[in-house]
Amino acid sequence: MSTSTIAPQTLTAKDFVTDQEVRWCPGCGDYSILAQVQKVMPTLNIPKENIVIISGIGCSSRFPYYMNTYGMHSIHGRATAVASGLKASRPELSVWIVSGDGDSLSIGGNHTIHLLRRNFDVNMLVFNNQIYGLTKGQYSPTSEEKKVTKSTPYGSIDHPFNPLALAMGADATFIARSMDRDVKHLQQILIRANQHKGSSFVEIYQNCNIFNDGAFEVFTEKSSKADEALFLEQGKPLVFGATQNKGIKLDGFKPIVVEIGDKYSIDDLWIHDEADFYKAQILVRMFDNPQNADHLPRPFGVFYQTERACYEDVMAMQIEEVITTKGKGDLDKLLRGREVWEIA
Amino acid sequence: MNTNEQVLQEVVIKFAGDSGDGMQLTGQQFTNNTALLGIDLATFPDFPAEIRAPIGTMAGVSGFQLHFSSNKVYTPGDSCDVLVAMNAAALKANLKGLKKGGKIIVNTDGFDSKNLRLANYPDGVNPIENGSLEGYEVTKIDVTKLTREALKDIAELGTKERDRAKNMFVLGYIYWMYNRDLKSTKDFLQEKFGKKEVILQSNIKVLQAGYNYGDTTETFTTRYTVEKAKLPAGKYRSIMGNQAVTMGLIAASEKSGLPIFLGSYPITPASDILHDLSKHKAFGVKTFQAEDEIAAITSAIGASYGGSLGVTTTSGPGMTLKAEAMGLAVMLEIPLLIINIQRGGPSTGLPTKTEQSDLMQAYYGRNGECPMPIVSASTPSDCFEAVYEACRISVQHMTPVIFLSDGYIANGAEPWKFPQSADLKPIDVKFKKGLDEGEEKYLPYKRDEKLARPWAVPGTPGLEHRIGGLEKQDITGNISYDTDNHQHMVKTRQAKVDKIADYIPLQTIDSGAATGKVLVIGWGSTYGSIKSAVLDLQAEGKSVSHVHLRHIRPFPRNLGDIIKNFDKVIIPEINNGQLVKIIRDHYFVDAIPYNKIMGIPITKTELVDFIGKMC
Ligand code: SF4
Repeated sequence: MSTSTIAPQTLTAKDFVTDQEVRWCPGCGDYSILAQVQKVMPTLNIPKENIVIISGIGCSSRFPYYMNTYGMHSIHGRATAVASGLKASRPELSVWIVSGDGDSLSIGGNHTIHLLRRNFDVNMLVFNNQIYGLTKGQYSPTSEEKKVTKSTPYGSIDHPFNPLALAMGADATFIARSMDRDVKHLQQILIRANQHKGSSFVEIYQNCNIFNDGAFEVFTEKSSKADEALFLEQGKPLVFGATQNKGIKLDGFKPIVVEIGDKYSIDDLWIHDEADFYKAQILVRMFDNPQNADHLPRPFGVFYQTERACYEDVMAMQIEEVITTKGKGDLDKLLRGREVWEIA
Repeated sequence: MNTNEQVLQEVVIKFAGDSGDGMQLTGQQFTNNTALLGIDLATFPDFPAEIRAPIGTMAGVSGFQLHFSSNKVYTPGDSCDVLVAMNAAALKANLKGLKKGGKIIVNTDGFDSKNLRLANYPDGVNPIENGSLEGYEVTKIDVTKLTREALKDIAELGTKERDRAKNMFVLGYIYWMYNRDLKSTKDFLQEKFGKKEVILQSNIKVLQAGYNYGDTTETFTTRYTVEKAKLPAGKYRSIMGNQAVTMGLIAASEKSGLPIFLGSYPITPASDILHDLSKHKAFGVKTFQAEDEIAAITSAIGASYGGSLGVTTTSGPGMTLKAEAMGLAVMLEIPLLIINIQRGGPSTGLPTKTEQSDLMQAYYGRNGECPMPIVSASTPSDCFEAVYEACRISVQHMTPVIFLSDGYIANGAEPWKFPQSADLKPIDVKFKKGLDEGEEKYLPYKRDEKLARPWAVPGTPGLEHRIGGLEKQDITGNISYDTDNHQHMVKTRQAKVDKIADYIPLQTIDSGAATGKVLVIGWGSTYGSIKSAVLDLQAEGKSVSHVHLRHIRPFPRNLGDIIKNFDKVIIPEINNGQLVKIIRDHYFVDAIPYNKIMGIPITKTELVDFIGKMC
């Protein structure tokens, strides 16, 4: 037997590439996400053999095949549940869930909320492209109302999910949003997600150039990005705009856009605090349709982070406590039970 | 007072009352007391589906039947010698199960006008007053009044609390009737209420009052004794089916070195395994009450992937929900145990009643060609060995395995000559620890002589690999849509399950000759009824033999040869004919079904009638 462990310090992005041909459509946003994950992984100082990537079904869920780590391409919607069992039984592993908007919010919506409330220490990456790609173009639970797709020729009548508000409602302990096109930002968020102890919910806007091209264009294209995307930074005021000329101010509980200048200064603006539970609820609700007049910009970054005990740790602790107080289980004692009689 | 003592061979007694009357506890206490004397026994608890069905109604009747004997006992008994009825509904629901001339002990307070109305007796009709029970030996006791009387000095208790001790009065009385000692129940009460002195004392007081009542009144002039049974020498305990499943799992975990991970969603009648396992954290057992049946099985798959003994427990409707994930486990070729404690179906069906109707589901109920081994248990204590065997197959053959039990054996109890841990055959499991000499790359679907693939768990350097539900190339495990490869893989997965037949014991004949007129083939909880019916028929000189299957997929190699040696094959099942179809398909034999689908076990008498006509 030979065991070839590579010290994590010497790993490079290349070590995470597999010999499998990547099968996404040319131009798909998934390529960038894969590249960023492969870039970030070697910086995390985790032995490669301890990394496991679990996915469900959908375009995004092909991900594990392209990562030279342990991985499982499971069934539709259940990656979160598979990951829960793995993490509960092997807390020392670094478990990453890769899922899409249909996988994690439609067929697997139930498992997603339960994963978050239990707060397993895993990283959940939701590639949101607001469409069903693998099944060739039906609307998804994040598609906007009135969307015309193969299954909605007269326009979708479904009201879409706000994924981050859902995560907030499920008491997620780390909530963030990034995008495929902003590679630096995405790398930063991936690192932050990994640093967080607990379930990290990361929504990544991902362009499906075949069935929903340009869904996030306003946030990613140079011409509009500055006015439409609001980048959150801890301890910093919420400013945006081409010349950092606009900001968000709280008017009671209502966020409003103000021009920085004569009337308002930087000091009037909302200062971002990831630990503020109540403000985070307002922040995740900044979800206006960019087509609407007077809409708010869409925030990106870490919305919320808090500490809460992780399921797998408490589970292990309970076992330890029982063993400390009662001693290790004795099979013969168990088989014997309380009352025994003998027949000669 | 003039009391006779009489020795009986066997007794079938049923305790019946409202679900709030504590009849299950009474039955269990009497069972324990009986077992400790070395008397053989079998029990059959029978409770309503509703947790709090309306008090006094037929829907709310809860029963506990116990068959005890100085001979070997195989079933809880077809009909009762003694019926204890705490109210009118309990009498009405159970009278048809009482032998002609049997004894009825009634709590007269349960036959007031309100109770009679709730039990749907016509106005003015009281069965214990109108002579309708002529031909039975009826003993009327006002249990409620006597219980209150016994507790009149305990001022701390309200009427409601006093009345709650009624079942102890009955139990005490039955102890007197069968010449028993009260110690086992006193110990039990001490353990249960030790910290609540008043409750403890009042229960003991009522128990004693019931006993004394028998002693001092002349209601019964005869006390009965059943001698201990001539069972094989050894140490015994009492065991229920679901308890035995729990122990079998823990034993398999200890003997394989694999920690248990149970993913489960509560469902009747399987929940007790979740409850029981969650108590045994001292064995390192991890139990996860999942958000649904699907998360229950998929979390167990995740744990198995990580090197645990992944287990999920459920019943019929839950297994349906798990079907897709079972397919995943078949594709992943990893160990996993799916435990189905069957109940009446389809849909929600009869949650608290027994049935064997998930065999087809276990055999075929998944998309694609998706073979999985099936192991079944035939009695409460057999659950231990059968589940241990199912674990062994799963981890040694790298396959999910379905274990089938049912509500009848799950809740039924019997004496068990329990094994010593040292006597249990170790379960060898080897994780792949690294690349072999000359191996350049880990090949996750390279197979051994059993056609099992290696189990490489995350955390092992150099064996990083990806698996999933897509069809894969044999040996490399890479995704493959190649047509020839798919055919090869379908055949290989089947061959792998078939090959298990080389690693399981040959089928034995439970009773009877190796050739003859009739062969009765059974599986699961019909064991006791078939066994006792066949023994009776053999005693009459009939040519009939009995085979009882533990392994249903694959079948033992010699089953076909056994079948060939008989003119007729009869297959009794608590379903509409499932094993019979599989046997016909496998062996081209014109097997005759006997089916009862009433949510209750098949009785010995029914089988003696049916089989007797064929041989
Ligand atoms: S269909 Fe869309 S999401 Fe899927 S691979 Fe193609 S571009 Fe990417």
